[in-house]
Amino acid sequence: MSWDVLIAGGGNAALCAAIAAAKDGARVLVAEAAPRAWRGGNTRHTRNCRIAHDEGNGILTGPYPVDEFMDDLMRVTKGRTDEELATLTLEKSKELWDFLEDQGVRFQPSLGGTLSLGRTNAFFLGGGRSMLNALYRTAEDAGVEVRYDTRVAALDIEDGFFKGATLERDWQNGGPEREEVTARAFVAAAGGFEANIDWLKEAWGDAAENFLIRGTPYNTGGVLRQLLDAGVQQVGEPDQCHAVAIDGRAPKFDGGIVTRLDCVPFGIVLNAEAQRFYDEGEDFWPKRYAIWGRLVAAQPEQVGHVLIDAKSINLFMPSVFPPERADTIEELAGKIGLDPAATRATVDAFNAACVPGMFDHAAHDDCRTEGLDPPKSHWARPIDTPPFYAYSLRPGITFTYMGVRVNADARMVMEDGSVSPNLFAAGEIMAGNVLGQGYLAGIGMTIGSVFGRIAGERAAAYVSN
Amino acid sequence: MSRIDLPSLASAAQDEVARQMSICNACRYCEGLCAVFPAMELRRVFEGPDTDYLANLCHNCGACYYDCQYAPPHEFAVNVPQALAELREESYARYAWPGFMAPVFERNGVWIALAAGLSVALFILGFALWSDPGALTASGNFYAVMPHNAMVAVFAPAFLFPLVAIALSLVRFWRLTGPTPGLTFAALRQATRDAATLRYLDGGGMGCMTQSERPDTWRRRFHHLTFYGFLLCFASTSSGTIMHYVLDWPAPYAWWTPPKLFGVPGGLGLVIGAAGLIWYDRARDGRLRPAKQTGMGAAFTWTLLALGATGLALYWLRETPAMGVLLAVHLGTVFAFFITMPYGKFVHGLYRYAALVRHAYEQKRAHP
Ligand SMILES: Cc1cc2nc3c(=O)[nH]c(=O)nc-3n(C[C@H](O)[C@H](O)[C@H](O)COP(=O)(O)OP(=O)(O)OC[C@H]3O[C@@H](n4cnc5c(N)ncnc54)[C@H](O)[C@@H]3O)c2cc1C
Ligand code: SF4
Ligand code: SF4
Repeated sequence: MSWDVLIAGGGNAALCAAIAAAKDGARVLVAEAAPRAWRGGNTRHTRNCRIAHDEGNGILTGPYPVDEFMDDLMRVTKGRTDEELATLTLEKSKELWDFLEDQGVRFQPSLGGTLSLGRTNAFFLGGGRSMLNALYRTAEDAGVEVRYDTRVAALDIEDGFFKGATLERDWQNGGPEREEVTARAFVAAAGGFEANIDWLKEAWGDAAENFLIRGTPYNTGGVLRQLLDAGVQQVGEPDQCHAVAIDGRAPKFDGGIVTRLDCVPFGIVLNAEAQRFYDEGEDFWPKRYAIWGRLVAAQPEQVGHVLIDAKSINLFMPSVFPPERADTIEELAGKIGLDPAATRATVDAFNAACVPGMFDHAAHDDCRTEGLDPPKSHWARPIDTPPFYAYSLRPGITFTYMGVRVNADARMVMEDGSVSPNLFAAGEIMAGNVLGQGYLAGIGMTIGSVFGRIAGERAAAYVSN
Repeated sequence: MSRIDLPSLASAAQDEVARQMSICNACRYCEGLCAVFPAMELRRVFEGPDTDYLANLCHNCGACYYDCQYAPPHEFAVNVPQALAELREESYARYAWPGFMAPVFERNGVWIALAAGLSVALFILGFALWSDPGALTASGNFYAVMPHNAMVAVFAPAFLFPLVAIALSLVRFWRLTGPTPGLTFAALRQATRDAATLRYLDGGGMGCMTQSERPDTWRRRFHHLTFYGFLLCFASTSSGTIMHYVLDWPAPYAWWTPPKLFGVPGGLGLVIGAAGLIWYDRARDGRLRPAKQTGMGAAFTWTLLALGATGLALYWLRETPAMGVLLAVHLGTVFAFFITMPYGKFVHGLYRYAALVRHAYEQKRAHP
């Protein structure tokens, strides 16, 4: 079979590209590796998209100009971004509200517990899966053919020119059915490689065995590897990723948003040897939770244990799994597999170091420790009121940053600096161009939608010439 | 009543709702879809009565199933519409008065069909014995078939008993789901508005998703037709009663009188609405329905359809010899409808209204 545009992937970036290309008249085939029930990769777990806008609109509570967005991006990436592409992304993000709404996506005010994002981020009514359903409906209505359970297994690329691909249908069960397809342009929107534990191990060593993957198991980076092997330029390093500390009982894959734990600032975190290792009260949790993935990854067995007491149990968003609970610290330590005496000693040392203050979980209060290493700078109250509670933490990988280099047309740049005429990329697979490091809530969807649209439009324009 | 001495431990359906709600409470993506999620967020633990309340707040629009990132085959197996539907049906039995009638809910469809069939047969037989069989085919005059006083003697208790039974059930439901100090008319007003517009049968604004993830507004439209059709029929009967007793103006009534002006559009609304719901539900996604089938919903819709259809037939064919039989069938249907009212899907509207009142009350308190 021959198509105008072949798209690998089935998430936000792929669908935005498919819709844009189909509306410009191209015959589009979308190959989604996952079965229909699991379609949409990490997009199904998202909740919002960060967009620049000059005025609030009733749902977005105020203006968020491009300049402020750019300042935020520069701060989190510490300048590691391609400025031309970053400017383009933020400028084009202004169109996303209307664009997505035209595809049937609806928005809602920011969710309870995320009020800090109400001005900057557009929340999808019903979450990312609802958003995806709207994109799929629109794509189908525009004549896009979507094949589920079908992965792009091999790419035929000659000197940066895409000729065709091998698709494998039903590749998970039984023998895959192979099909060679030709297309005049290719859009890579197959996500990162965070679900490929072996690849993660190349960067992280054996510690990666203990990582939990917050999103889809289908983002194994097969398309990325093929592209790099075919001479496309790499951006970012394999160990760069968004990693947070999540509930250690989360499933290996697809635990999504509910496994996050917001209790760290209210307690102390002990490693497997019952020792503290970082300032739990350094700053508000939304500003710190993205460093705790790496912190926990660096501990023995990649595990941390948060201990809190009855004073704090209702101060944070409810957790999906109930905490371990006990009337004494020793009993609690036994339940979570820590040495009771060592745990007791750590808690006693912490309690003794807490200076009295006015506790206020909504401000940088003056409850802190003195003479303790590492210190706890805020919200430090002795852990002395039973019952005591414990949650275990493990590193949860959201997505990887290493990807392919693109230009402002979403065209891939080859190792020799030349630009491919018909290889395009969008979404997580090229997010590293904009996001060299750090993370800004909601920018994953921004990059995917902006570059998805560009890739779809340019690909359609290319095939119609 | 205190919340500790609950009649029994949580049922399996309540446990399942509590399990799913603690996942939703950590997620909250569906917050904007309907009343259930904001109500859930005011709680951290979900005891039996909380779950019954949430179940009756749900309109089964389906949106949160198709939108859920944890829907089966995900191991968290979240299917809120199904879990709430299952518990909702169970909760009707839990609060039913008198308690020994509760088992009727379990095989509801069968019971209601039986009650209806029996009532209709009894009416036909009764007429034939009561008046002379000839009156059954004499066109025009209802009271030749059944004297007005006889009608009242049969229907007054059949109407009053369900009213009492439903009122007592409703009080039990209201009390068990917790005290509401400082309840105001504002909450009633808000709930009435939400109920009258079916505010939450719309997937948060996109439309319900009850056949697939493509939203549509059919279910909402058919429900509106049925509901307002029913209200008009009720107004028709009430105005007839007033004309008879207060104005001393017995039937038959001309087309321009209130019983007819309310009754004809009401009957049409019932027929089109109920038939529409039955038609639409044939393609309903089975995953949204309770796994344990009671036939409750279908039995109720069919009864409403029969009410409307026999009423309209009577209106159009009263001058023909079919009148007597039609009257018997219609009155039999009305009778069956009344006596099964407290033990069938009819109560969903009342419990849902009560839940909406509580919701309006709680939200006002939590977000003044
Ligand atoms: C729990 C969680 C919450 C998040 N919340 C947010 C948020 O609120 N806002 C935000 O902006 N970002 C969020 N992110 C990040 C966001 O999910 C990603 O940035 C975004 O989904 C990237 O879109 P994408 O289309 O590039 O990739 P994906 O949505 O991951 O889609 C990749 C697709 O490629 C398919 N695929 C993989 N390999 C192949 C192959 N060989 N052949 C064919 N198909 C293949 C996959 O099946 C999948 O459908 C979150 C991530 C997670 C895990
Ligand atoms: S139904 Fe699913 S997506 Fe919606 S709040 Fe519950 S867990 Fe989250
Ligand atoms: S089915 Fe509709 S009404 Fe019921 S809980 Fe889900 S979104 Fe709310």
